[in-house]
Amino acid sequence: MSTDINKEDTQTQQESIRQVVEAMGEYPGAADASDPQLFCEARPKVEKPFRGVFEKFLNWARANSLWVLGFGTGCGAIELRPLMTSRFDASRFGVAGRPTPRQSSVFIIGGYASVKTLKRIVRSYEQMQNPKFVIALGSCTINGGMYWDSYNTINRIDQYIPVDVYITGCMPRPEAILAGFVKLQELIKAGRGEKANEYAEHFDWYKANQKKVIKDWDMPDYNW
Amino acid sequence: METSLVLKIAYAALSLFIAFNYGILLGATTYRIRARVQGRLGIRLYQPYLDIIKNNAKRTSISHGIMFYLGPIFRITGGVGTFLFIPMIYGSVVFSNFSFAGDVLLVLYFIFFGQLGMALGAGEGGHPYSAIGVSRGLAQMTAFEVPFTLAIIALAVQHNTLSITEIIAAQQGGILNWSLFTNPAATAAALIAFLGMNMGNPFSVVTAPQEIPIGPPVEYHSNYLGLLQTNRSIFNSAKLILFMNLFFGGATNLIVMIIKTFLIYMITVIIGVAFPRFRVEQSIRFFLVVPTLIGLVGLVIALW
Repeated sequence: MSTDINKEDTQTQQESIRQVVEAMGEYPGAADASDPQLFCEARPKVEKPFRGVFEKFLNWARANSLWVLGFGTGCGAIELRPLMTSRFDASRFGVAGRPTPRQSSVFIIGGYASVKTLKRIVRSYEQMQNPKFVIALGSCTINGGMYWDSYNTINRIDQYIPVDVYITGCMPRPEAILAGFVKLQELIKAGRGEKANEYAEHFDWYKANQKKVIKDWDMPDYNW
Repeated sequence: METSLVLKIAYAALSLFIAFNYGILLGATTYRIRARVQGRLGIRLYQPYLDIIKNNAKRTSISHGIMFYLGPIFRITGGVGTFLFIPMIYGSVVFSNFSFAGDVLLVLYFIFFGQLGMALGAGEGGHPYSAIGVSRGLAQMTAFEVPFTLAIIALAVQHNTLSITEIIAAQQGGILNWSLFTNPAATAAALIAFLGMNMGNPFSVVTAPQEIPIGPPVEYHSNYLGLLQTNRSIFNSAKLILFMNLFFGGATNLIVMIIKTFLIYMITVIIGVAFPRFRVEQSIRFFLVVPTLIGLVGLVIALW
């Protein structure tokens, strides 16, 4: 008799656990790629810039307000700390850190990108809003650097996301990074900071390249 | 002579414009002062304008639903609403805004309206940091509202009025007539609540950099964020002007207003750079004990 009760108890327990697990599946925190409310279903579009003096004015504002995504993808991120403190003080150039991709406009790829990190890089990049800019730091992002024959890092970052400015070195010092920021500002002011549109234009090529290296592709194609 | 409604709206728009620019320049100045303390040069004085222009000039933005849209709108309604019912300069027709007999009550309500709207909007963003920030923010808000309301009640009892203009009028005629000297306990309670309201250190647990980055507005971007930044400067000026009016004798011209509000703001800045951050339960316990008791003493002084 008592064993029967125990069996029933176990069954009820299992049933309640199943209900809880199902309920958790509906919780927005649990990512469900098929849910249109959580992820965008549309491809990115080319957003045409305005023309003339107005766009120049906006570009001047964009160039002087560069919010960097606080995502250190490699060892180069260690050079970004002295960049913000009193010795180099990047805030003079309008550079500030932002911990969320939604609010930031510059993505610094800080050195080598392992395939696992690349997945996060792609997601973070896509969550940033147009116009957005990418600075690739160190030789690892250009040709793989000392990791060029590694089994789990990619060699050229610009096959997966478009890059505006490369800064060479292993590691580039903060002075070099500041020079890179100034270069990026020049590009934006000249109206050449349109890589986000380029990404939208060649979206299929970039996606194919990304899927070629990321084997466990378990995220939606469009997430912004 | 009664001013016509159209003229009043034009005057209010003018004072809103001044408050917005003043708030922005005050923020940038404070940032520069803080940077100098750290041995840096800091941002350019016009940097916040560039940030607002850049955010509004972003070409794409996404939404998480209707409340997500309405969050920043509620926030700026709260900021502008607070400002519009506070007389900016005592005795001036142009800068008296829409102050009326019971404006203290309305201002009390408007100060918290924006945060409630923001809580609903940020909640729909779905980011866990938003939810944590909102729960902390609302908990802390409930706590600092107690000493703040006690201080306001003490002033209302002391001057027998619910009108900000009449409270300023009662403080005219010498520095010793200010509420700061006639009721120091109420002033102290309100200023401690003001620290919590500004969400600087030691009460910065709501936005808590390095811990829950950005806090409630973590999902807000592009023009939503532009709106929130615009609101921040307006709301900041509104709060400073309110405190100047209630406790520091108001201002009879713009220059006096700027000097007084700047010095009041420096209180939060200096305390902010000198103290570390409270945890949320520590700050709530603090607000409900020390400033609340001081506020009660203020009430007793007022009733005396």
